[in-house]
Formats: sequence, structure tokens, C-alpha cells
Amino acid sequence: MYKTLLKSVGKYKKTAIATPIIIAGESVIEALIPFTTAKLVDEIRAGCEYSVIVKYGAILFLMACLSLVLGGAAGYTSAIAACGFARNLRRDMFHKVQTYSFENIDKFSSSSLVTRMTTDVTFAQNAFITVIRLAIRSPLVFLFAIIMAYIMGGSLSAMFVVIVPLLVFGLYMIAKKAMPAFHSVFHKYDRMNESIEENVIAIRAVKGFAREEYEKQKFNNAALEIKRDFTKAERIVALTAPLMQTCVYLNMLIVLFFGSKIAISSMGLDLDVGQISAMLTYGVQILISLNMLSMVYVILTISVESIRRISEVLEEEPVITNPENAIYEVKDGSVDFIGVNFKYSAHAERYALQNIDLHIKSGETVGILGGTGSGKSSLVQLIPRLYDATEGVVKVGGVDVRQYDLETLRNNVAVVLQKNVLFSGTIKENLLWGNENATEEEIREACRLACADEFINSFPDGYDTKIEQNGTNVSGGQKQRLTIARALLKKPKILILDDSTSAVDTRTDAKIRKSFREYIPSTTKIIIAQRVASVIDADKIVIMDGGSIVDIGTHDELMERCEIYRETYDQQMKKAEGGVANVGV
Amino acid sequence: MSGSEVMKKEKPKAKLGTFLRLIKTLYSYYPVLLPVTAFCFIFTAAVSSIPPLFFQQVILVIDDSIHTGDWASAMPIILSKLSILALFYLLAIISITISRQLIVVITQGFLYRIRRAMFDGMQELPIRYFDTHKHGDIMSYYTNDTDTMRQLISESLPMLLQSAVIVLTVFFIMLYFCVWLTLLVVVGVIAMLLVTRKLGGGSARYFKRQQKSLGEVEGFIQEMMNGQRVIKVFNHETQAEADFARVNDVLYEDSYRANAHANMLGPIIINIGNVLYVLVAMLGGLLLIAKTPNLALSGLPIGIDIVVPFLNMTKQFTGNVNTVAQQVNSIVMGLAGAERVFALMDEEPETDNGYVTLVNAKIQPDGTITETTERTGHWAWRHPHSDGTVTYTPLAGDVILDHVDFSYEDGNPVLFDITVHAKPGQKVAFVGATGAGKTTITNLINRFYDISDGKIRYDGININKIKKADLRRSLGIVLQDTNLFSGTVIDNIRYGRLDATDEECIAAAKLAGADDFITRLPEGYQTVLYGNGANLSQGQRQLIAIARAAVADPPVMILDEATSSIDTRTEAIVQRGMDQLMKGRTVFVIAHRLSTIMNSDVIIVLDHGRIIERGSHDELIAKRGTYYRLYTGAFELE
Repeated sequence: MYKTLLKSVGKYKKTAIATPIIIAGESVIEALIPFTTAKLVDEIRAGCEYSVIVKYGAILFLMACLSLVLGGAAGYTSAIAACGFARNLRRDMFHKVQTYSFENIDKFSSSSLVTRMTTDVTFAQNAFITVIRLAIRSPLVFLFAIIMAYIMGGSLSAMFVVIVPLLVFGLYMIAKKAMPAFHSVFHKYDRMNESIEENVIAIRAVKGFAREEYEKQKFNNAALEIKRDFTKAERIVALTAPLMQTCVYLNMLIVLFFGSKIAISSMGLDLDVGQISAMLTYGVQILISLNMLSMVYVILTISVESIRRISEVLEEEPVITNPENAIYEVKDGSVDFIGVNFKYSAHAERYALQNIDLHIKSGETVGILGGTGSGKSSLVQLIPRLYDATEGVVKVGGVDVRQYDLETLRNNVAVVLQKNVLFSGTIKENLLWGNENATEEEIREACRLACADEFINSFPDGYDTKIEQNGTNVSGGQKQRLTIARALLKKPKILILDDSTSAVDTRTDAKIRKSFREYIPSTTKIIIAQRVASVIDADKIVIMDGGSIVDIGTHDELMERCEIYRETYDQQMKKAEGGVANVGV
Repeated sequence: MSGSEVMKKEKPKAKLGTFLRLIKTLYSYYPVLLPVTAFCFIFTAAVSSIPPLFFQQVILVIDDSIHTGDWASAMPIILSKLSILALFYLLAIISITISRQLIVVITQGFLYRIRRAMFDGMQELPIRYFDTHKHGDIMSYYTNDTDTMRQLISESLPMLLQSAVIVLTVFFIMLYFCVWLTLLVVVGVIAMLLVTRKLGGGSARYFKRQQKSLGEVEGFIQEMMNGQRVIKVFNHETQAEADFARVNDVLYEDSYRANAHANMLGPIIINIGNVLYVLVAMLGGLLLIAKTPNLALSGLPIGIDIVVPFLNMTKQFTGNVNTVAQQVNSIVMGLAGAERVFALMDEEPETDNGYVTLVNAKIQPDGTITETTERTGHWAWRHPHSDGTVTYTPLAGDVILDHVDFSYEDGNPVLFDITVHAKPGQKVAFVGATGAGKTTITNLINRFYDISDGKIRYDGININKIKKADLRRSLGIVLQDTNLFSGTVIDNIRYGRLDATDEECIAAAKLAGADDFITRLPEGYQTVLYGNGANLSQGQRQLIAIARAAVADPPVMILDEATSSIDTRTEAIVQRGMDQLMKGRTVFVIAHRLSTIMNSDVIIVLDHGRIIERGSHDELIAKRGTYYRLYTGAFELE
């Protein structure tokens, strides 16, 4: 798991390694300063010349400057290393997601992917910087301080044998008790925020059913639990401060008492005032470094979850990949399904498609009708290999789709998905997704066919009109027509429309189909629709139910022999007595 | 330029106001615990400043005895002094334990009450608030802003208090020992603060830029992840990666600069402290050697017993001055969060001056109506009058819109002179293009928004007089956005009437045509839904929403495009159920499908907020107007 992430350090390896080295240097100096100061104090006590003071002063000043330079350098390199790491992580994750097939994308919801690439990366970045700075610094400071304390204080440093384990044990126990408490409350906290968000989104239901008091009660229960659990967890952590202080105070008392004893008994030979002062400083350094280490432990533990989530994304292998010896040309727009069974994932219980046999000739217009969950979308998504059939073969242009180069296949099979997504940018930029090299004329032509040109021209900025994020400034019907135009620009051999005219009125719908018939007659058109009117003049209509094909035929054939079709038709085309029977143009 | 200057001047005052309000609120919640906690923090801080005093005394004793090596006589003196220190330490440990425990209790308790205040207040806000604020922004009150306050109360304020106390006490002890050295320390600290100010300003600028580029990267990632399928379909992967690299690289630049600045500040401060330390040692040494007379509050002469503790105090002083500066900064930033939270709590709640309520009614043999607590299936409006009498009007479902005008914003009228009379049990259909005003009308009948002009009467009573909760209980709404909650299917259905039994819920589901698919779910009615029913199809979600309205059993129903995402076959099942449900009820239906509208009693055609045609299907066909054109040319309207 960590290995996967560390691969992303990449070119920042040098700065990442340089940082702890620089910090090591800094730690050495930090250890030397109290030592040197002690020497200075002793000299002063012994009644030295002023020049000695100046000499020591200069040495200490130099040390401070060196420490400054090293500290600043470490600050700079660690910033570059950590931010670079984060940048590479984001880049690598984004790249990986681009290689995913639909099945991989289904596994992670899009909001989870967003969190993994943003919040989790931040946690990983923090963990990284903590490791290269504190995780190196603290043990070094600890080590050097102990060494210096021993060199200087001799037997006095024995007190650390007691204090250090005391602190370590205390910190360990606190962390051990607190971490699981926090872990469980974080989940509850997320749940509480999710339910607040739900409440905000569903406020009309809340007010419509006059459930304000009920919601307040529900929330109160959740908030109380959070308060109880967080209080419990944080009260454990709050024991850290008295623990630290106890150790610091013990240090003070022991040094002052035993330090005096040794100093006086040895008549200043073993120990003197300067050393006592330095021992106090080292004591504090040792204790603080231990505290830092415990913080490192905490930060790393908190970020383990984020690290796991990131490596999941990086380690996911795309389900659908390019074959060896891929074919780069699609002969025609014929589509064949032979004995196809399909389920969305290996673990799914039900098959979404069963026993599909279907043959579509190049240039045909095929309609697909069926209720919710009948398998229509699943069927068409197998054609451009957005999913692979579990059993059976899907062919395009007479060749198994699995043998085509993916890019070639998808350039020739254009799908307008049910969920219409436009991206922020101009209308023109969105349309160019279909073909980056499309000319102005080609763009206008595609929009004319999709009956989008009129409303585009009605905008003051026309094709340069900006689309807001998630396409909120265009209506549902306008969005659909733009996405159809975008698909048309691909000049595909096969055009698949998955319920793409549901928000468009029937007259426009008919106009669009008419332009298809007239201007792209050789393109195979597969239209999934709810309205019989959309498919009534197709070359054949496929009726689906429960994942199987119930019947295939022309409108007249189906009216005669297919009950489902007849029912649906009657339902939608209720004729008034002596009324109008005109249906579309 | 001047605008931001004015802002800067206003800011401190506004921040101070927020700060005071925060303290006042804390105090109101914890009138006893808060002062106790504050006292303990102050005591602990004070105690941590006094060791130098004892250290100085110990050094004096050492100095006296070090030439004789007489530990035996020195020991009791030192022991007694250290015992006093130990006593102080003991008290300090007790006090720090208490203060740390209490601050946790106070913080979490405060957060709990603030969250409740925000949420409860939010439930009372008008729909207008939710329509005009992005829900991501609303959520950040509960996440970012609350977290900022937590940090403020449990970390920044105590740290500030403690450091301030230490700075003050150490300062006096320093003066007590030696004014000359104190002056040196003060000069050094001022220099340190100036450097911090200068560097800190640059750092803040870069952090702002980092926030901005972070927002852009997040926005880009969100869009791409949402549209990942479209990217695949259009082979847009390479282009997407190139676009991402651009924003990602900008973020890298801004973030490493911001972080580098912040990281370098630490070592600079520490080492200015180190240099000051050196200077104190040098000056102390110089004063000693030159045997300069001391200037001190204690009147003590300069000796090693003064200089050495002074070194330790210098470190303590500079460290804590630094902390004070940092904490003031973070408190100022943290107050921004508190400001926003208070603003949310101060939002005007929905006003409700209604006094007419809905009650269960029993119809006496002679026709009069009396109120009862049992569920009779009959309802009545209880109308108290100013003279003390009470009249009961049977709930029939007669709704009149009388010359209603409405605008969401002043100056942008949306509805003009709408007059509709729906008699009890009638089905009224609203038809028209997107933006014609259909959904707006339903926002008015249940008082999600209030009308600008005209009247709406329900069973003859002006709806402004009816209590909002009671009005809404008498109206069943099924909207196009389904709004389900996390919980089991049956709980979602039960939301319509909290005291409905399981049987009643299942009966409602059967009526709506939802029972079929629900029983085929992995756990049937006990299947847990989450994320607004993300594990169901749009059609299935709407069926549950319809069941929910059915179990609420309201006399008037408003169906807003409720069945447009269900395929025609399923819709037929639902329609049959709805017809059953609609018997004896008044229904307003807004739909696109002809099959939905066709058997309405009245069809109202809207265009740009005005009624342009009205009548039954046959009447309107005969008119050969807009409706006729829609019927013949289109089965659905955009």
C-alpha cells in the first residue's frame, strides 16, 4: 500500500531525501547550543576575560546562523517535496481513472473519487511531510540530547531512565485508548453530516409533510451521541498535558536537587551551575521530542485510511483494455449480438441481459422499447465496449468488438448516454469533443441536424456562449440536443441514442429523426425511447422486458402480434372520438 | 483601494463584536465551568513561570557551599526550597488536569448546542433561503465553520490565555532580576515580531492563492469524475489529462510557495530566539565582569545566580510572545467561522401568523361538527374568532386562487392574475412550457412562498390565516425531485404519516404500484436506502414517493410531473392506483404526458405566467387554440 503511493514521489525523491539530511544537521546544532552555552557560563563564573565571552558569543552566533540556514533550507525542500508528492499523486490518480472502464468507475462512486483525489491526498501530503520532518527530527533530537546530557551530566542523566519510559508508556496508553474511540466517532460524524445534507436537499419534503419537529428530534439524538463520544475520546487525549507537565516538573526537581548535590559534593568538579542549566534545557528537549513522536504516530494513524483509499484507486486494473494486434478500421455499421448474456459484475445475482440474439444491418434505424430495468441501456453499452458481455459475442462491422482498437471503435460508435453531461466551457468547446478538428461548417451542420442551431443562435454569444458547471444554464431539452450534435460530429458509423429526446417535444423529435433519415442515411441508428412515436417509423423495433428480447418487428407487425407493444401504443396514442389522429410530421 | 481600506477599519470592530458574542454565549452555557477553567489555565501558566525564582535561590546556595563541599548543611535548605516548588507543581498538575478536562467538556457542549441552534433554526427558515443558497455552502456551516470554532475554543483561546499570562509573569520576574537584561530581551522580541509581521504577510498572500487554485482543482476533478463516462465515450482521456495537468501544476506552484513561506518562518523565529539567547549571555557576562551595579525590582546585585536563570527565562519569554502573536492571528481567522455561524442563527425564520388548525372531526347526527381526538377519517378547520367563539368548517378540498400575482424577486413578476377554482374532488391539470409558472403555483398553495397580490382560499378560509404546518398536512405533494431519506423503504413510506402501521404502509405501496418491485428487493421493505435512494432507479424512487403521499392520506394532492421518469407501462399501473386515491380528493396535477392530463375535469394552459386557456379536454380541442396545437403536434411539452 505504501509502496504504491511512494512510486508517485518521482522526481521529488531528491528533495525528499535531502530534507531529513538537512534536518539531521539542524538537530546536531540544536544539541550543541546548550552545551556550548554551559561552557560559556562556566567561563563567566570562573571569571574570564571579556574576549572569551566574545569568542563564545561568536561561536554561538554562528551556530544560530547555521541553524537558521539549515532550518530554512529544510523548510523549503520539505515544502517542495510534499507539494510535489501531492501533485504527482493527483496526476497519477487522474491518469489511472482515465484508463478505467465503466465497470471500474461503477466500483467507486464519482463523489468518492473526488474525495480521494482531494481530501485524502491532503492527508497523505501531511503524513508525508510529517515523516520527512518530524519523524526524522524527533528521534535525532532525542538521541543527541540524551548523548549530550550524558556527556555533560554523567550520573545525573540516569534520571532519564525513569522519566523517559514513564512518558513513553503514558503516551502509548493514551494513544491506544484514544485512537479506537476517535475512529468510531469519525464515522458517526460523517453520518451526521450526511443526514444534515439530506435534510437540506429534501427540505421540501420536510416542510411539505410538516416534519420539522420530527427532524429536530432526530438531529438532537445524533448530535447528543456525537457530543458524548467526542467528549469521551478527547478527555482521554487531554491527559497528555498533565502527563507531559509531570515529567517536565520531575525533570526540574530532580536536576535541581541531585544536580546541587553532585555540584556541591564534588566541589564543582563533576558538575557546575552551567551544566545544571544545560541539563534543564536538554530535559525539556528530550520530553518535547517524545511528545512530537507521539504526534507523528497520531498523524500517521489518522492518514492510514486516506492512504488506503488512494492506493485502491492506483492499484485498480482496468477491466477493458486494448487487445494485441488491434484492428484499426471499422468496415460498416452492422451490429450483431450472438448468444449474449451480461451481468454488471461477477458478484451480481441477476443477469441484466439474457440470450440476446440480434442482427442489425448497416444503415438501419432500430428502435428499442421497454420498461424500467428491461436492459435497453445495458444492451447498447456493449456495442462500443463500455462493458463486455459475460458470455457470447458482440460484433460490429462483422468483427468481434474485442478485437478493435478501443479508440477506433469508440470513434465509430457514438453514444448519447441517458445522463447528459456538458462541461464548463463554451458550447463550441463542448461540441469539439466530438471531433477536435471539426470546421465551423461541420459544427453548424451537426447542430442543424440536431435541431440545436435555432436556440444557439438565439443566445447573444451564440456558439461562444459559456456553459456553467454541470450545464445549469441550459434547459433539459437544449442539453439533449447539444449532446446529440456532439455525437454527430464524430461522423460515426453507428449512432446510439439512449432516451436522448425525452425532454424534447415531439415535433422537434420528429424533425431530428427526419434529418437523420435524409442526411446520414448510411449511419446505423439505434434509438432507445419511451415514446412509441419516436420509433414508430424504424426499420425494426426491439421490445425488451426483464433483460430479454420479447419481440422484434416493424410497427405493423408488432401491433398485430405483440401485446405489450399494443398496450403501450394505445396508452400513448389515445384517440379522441372523431378526433385527430395526426401523429408527428 | 479605499474600499479595502474601509473594510480593514471595519474588520477589527466587527471581529471584536463577534468575539464578545462568542464569549458571552460560552458564558451563558457554562456560567460556572467557564470561569473555573479560565482560572485553572491562568494558575497553571503562572506556576510554570516561577521556577527561575527557585533556580536562582538554589544557585545562591550552591555558590555558598561549592567551595566547602558541604552538602550536609546545604541539603536541608535546598530540600525545603524544592519542597515548596514541588507543592506549587502539584497544584499546577491538578489545575492543568482540571482545566484540560473541563475545556473538552465545554467545547463539545458548546458545539452540541450550536449545532442544535443552527439545525433547529434552519428547520424554521423559509424555502426561499434554500432555493437561494447552494447546499454546499450551507453544509460548510456545519463542517468548516464549526470545526474552526472548535479549534478556537479548545486550542487557540487557552493557548493565548496561558501564553499571555506567562509573558506577563516572566516579564515581571525578569524586571525583578535585572532591568538591563530585560530591556535587551524586549528589544529582541520587538525585532522578532516585526520580522514575523513582514514574513507573515507574504505567507498569507500565498495561502490565499493556494486556496483559490485548490478550489479550481477540486471543481475540475468534480466535473470530470461526474462526466467520466462521457469522457470515455468521446475518447477524451488524453485531452482531459492535459487540461488537468494545467490546473494541477498551478496548484503545485501556489502550494509549495505558501508552505515554504510558512515552514521557513519557524526556524527564523527560533533562531532569532537563539541569537537573543546569545546576546543575553554576552551582556550578562559583560555586566558581571564589569561589576556593573544592578537595576532591579529585587535590589539584588548581578551575579551568576541572576544571569543563568535569565537565560532560561529568555527562551520562555520569546517562545511565549511568539505563541501569543500566532494565536491572535489564528483567532482572528477563526472568528470568521463564528461570524458565519452566528449569521445563520440570526436568519429570519418563516413567519407564521396562522391560527386556524386542522382537527379530527365527528359529524353529529344533526349535522354539526365537533372536535375529537380519534382518527375518524373526517377533518375540519378549527377557526377561533376574536370574540372567543370557534367555528368548524369541514375539510372538503375546495381551493380558490383569486387574482393571484407573484414574483420571486421584486420587479420580476412570474404569475399574473391567476384565477382558478378547484371544487372538491376535481382534477385540475396545469399545462404549459417550462417556465410557464406551473411549479410556482404549487409553491404558493402550500405557502412555500407567499403571494404578492390576490388571495388563495382553502375551503373558504384565507390560507394566510391557516397555520402552515396544518395547511401542509392537508396537502399531499409529490415533486419531480423525489427527496427520500436514508433508512428502510418502509420508514420512507411511513414518513407520510408517522403513526401509520406496517399494514397501512404496505397498502399504500400497493396502491402506488410500488409493492411489486419492493418485494423483489434484497430485503424487501426492510431494504435500506441511502443517498436519496441512489440504489433504486428514478422510476422506483417516484413510486415510493407516491406511496408516501398515499399513506399521508391528504384531502388535496399536488402532483408535480410525478410520473415523467417512469416508463409508460409502469405509469399505467400507477395511474390506476392514483385514480383510486383521487376519488373524493381535489388534485392539482402538473404533467407533460397527455395520458396524465386527459381525464382531468379542468385543464389550465399557462404561458409566461398567465392563463391563456381553460376548459375540459373536449372544450379545448373544440377551441383549436394552444392546447389543440399541443395535442395534435406534440404529446409532451418541453
